[in-house]
Amino acid sequence: MPLRAKVASSVSRTAAALSRAAGRGDGSVIGGWIGLKIDPDLLAHLASGRAIALVSGTNGKTTTTRLTAAAVGVLGRVATNSFGANMPTGHTSALAKAGSTPYAVLEVDEHYLAQVLEATEPRVVALLNLSRDQLDRAKEVAMMAQLWRAALVRHPSIRVIANADDPMVVWAATPPATRSPQVAPAPVIWFSAGQRWHDDSWVCPECGSPIERMADQWWCTGCWLRRPEPQWVVEDDGVVDPAGDWHKVVLQLPGRVNLGNAATALAVAAEFGVRPTDAVSRLGGVASVAGRYAQVAKDGRTVRLLLAKNPASWLEAFDMAEEAPTLLSINARDPDGLDTSWLFDVDFAPLRGRQVLITGDRAYDLAVRLDVNGVPFQHVRTFTEAITSVPPGRLEVIANYTAFQDIRAELDRVN
Amino acid sequence: MSTDPAYRMAGPAGGESTLRIVWIYPDLLSTYGDRGNMLILERRARLRGMPVECIEVRSDQRLPISADIYLLGGGEDGPQALGAQRLIADGGLRRAAEQGSVVFAVCAGYQLLGGSFFAKGTKCAGLDLLDLHSDRGPSRAVGELAGAIDPRLGLPPLSGFENHGGRTHLGPGVSALARVSTGIGNDGNTEGAWRGKLLGTYSHGPALARNPALADLLLRWAIGVQQLPPLDDTWSDRLRAERSAALAAARQ
Repeated sequence: MPLRAKVASSVSRTAAALSRAAGRGDGSVIGGWIGLKIDPDLLAHLASGRAIALVSGTNGKTTTTRLTAAAVGVLGRVATNSFGANMPTGHTSALAKAGSTPYAVLEVDEHYLAQVLEATEPRVVALLNLSRDQLDRAKEVAMMAQLWRAALVRHPSIRVIANADDPMVVWAATPPATRSPQVAPAPVIWFSAGQRWHDDSWVCPECGSPIERMADQWWCTGCWLRRPEPQWVVEDDGVVDPAGDWHKVVLQLPGRVNLGNAATALAVAAEFGVRPTDAVSRLGGVASVAGRYAQVAKDGRTVRLLLAKNPASWLEAFDMAEEAPTLLSINARDPDGLDTSWLFDVDFAPLRGRQVLITGDRAYDLAVRLDVNGVPFQHVRTFTEAITSVPPGRLEVIANYTAFQDIRAELDRVN
Repeated sequence: MSTDPAYRMAGPAGGESTLRIVWIYPDLLSTYGDRGNMLILERRARLRGMPVECIEVRSDQRLPISADIYLLGGGEDGPQALGAQRLIADGGLRRAAEQGSVVFAVCAGYQLLGGSFFAKGTKCAGLDLLDLHSDRGPSRAVGELAGAIDPRLGLPPLSGFENHGGRTHLGPGVSALARVSTGIGNDGNTEGAWRGKLLGTYSHGPALARNPALADLLLRWAIGVQQLPPLDDTWSDRLRAERSAALAAARQ
């Protein structure tokens, strides 16, 4: 590593430690930011010599990164950005903090995938899904798929592991046909993780024709785009590998969506030479991910926190939540997106029959939505009021980003 | 919820007294919770005891021409241009509008009711049902949108959220829906447009969630009555008050 990069890396670690000591978050953003100021190529320097996997997509990337790091951990030390700091500053900080490691598994914000591919030259990139998310500032879905595709074409030697169930991802992962490709791209490895959300892929990104669906299958009615045959598939409570062997997967994380994330983690780890039989037990060791899925006892209630940031992840959260009193909390601050329109993309009907409480900065937006949806609810001003409004037992909490952080902070204060 | 509209057209299930709401091309024009407008109209009609039929018509299907209310949502440039082409080729919306059906359009759907709009840098022909033209503005308009509505419509102020790159120029054949107090709307001064029973706005997605009186106006137009029994609008009233207070606080 050049001297400038060494200095930058050391200063970055110190800044992160100072930020943590001052109680200002985990310091992974500020540390990386300072390091990149001193050496703009610091991320590339820190990445060189490591076998790296990147994980990107709209939903599930923090959890999948955590599961993948656990699986690759069979081989040795793995650097990872486990706090969800998923932009280049966070990657820089994570690699600097980890010191020299043979492996790294990095979660990447979907907007930064091209830049991070360029800087880190990963061995593998896993593409999970693309759906609408904070559209007041994020790029729309088709645009994002286009950016991914263009970035992957520039790096044909990277192994792509992609979701066969998401038409936008399949299109992004499939390079356009060229007459004389200079390097034949590595074949894509497809996994099937299931997908509940279909409302961003009714129209083919290649030709604009309608996309038809039947059972697991989907195909464009106007061109070549269709669901590829997946090599890694979730089946019952396990995962089938490309050899056809079924591996039972016992997770502490709830929901079918996390079985899909486990399948992805096994597929990525296999690219590093990890056998699924060696990796599955490590997946079961993951109990919570940056506070998500964490269970906290409070006043005789067992509170479980689920994060749901956009329509697709709300559908998954309803699947994870048990039939129990449920608190929904919605904010619309900068990290959440300022627009609450997406509430009408979510069908809250699965909550009928449960005791539903609502809170958050934008509880009234949610109130109008639930009213139209025919879901009875009770508005509470605070998390504490929510706790006292439900009987002893389980309380499921589903919240979007800053609402989730608010509730975590409140639970940390009292516990 | 959606079934073959041709079957629904032929079947006697609807009958004269059923309010028929068509959501046009949800496969193309549905970006920001646009489904909400259909759900809200359906709910407010049912609470008054009206039978309602909601029909979602995909862009590869024919548009029924005898529905009472047609809804157009927002979309990205590509789907917007494609939606306009298919609607022009279909011809059904023009015939429905000429027969006196209600049309409510938001954002990209609003633009394509005009004579022309820009998508992906190209000028595209619209349906020419409203006398207006849209082009690209100097910046994207993203944020809260509010303003006093044309007094002839007798509605409380508009409250909504906008996210668009276009600017819309109104001709003499339409009236502005509102005068902008927060946001950009058509051009920073006026917002939306209406003529007869056609109404468009840049207040995107589930615009009717924050504007229940506007939802009732569309229902009154469709049924041909001056008054509807009032509903309990506690939550939308609180939402409007909260948004209005947030805008006032931001201005200070």
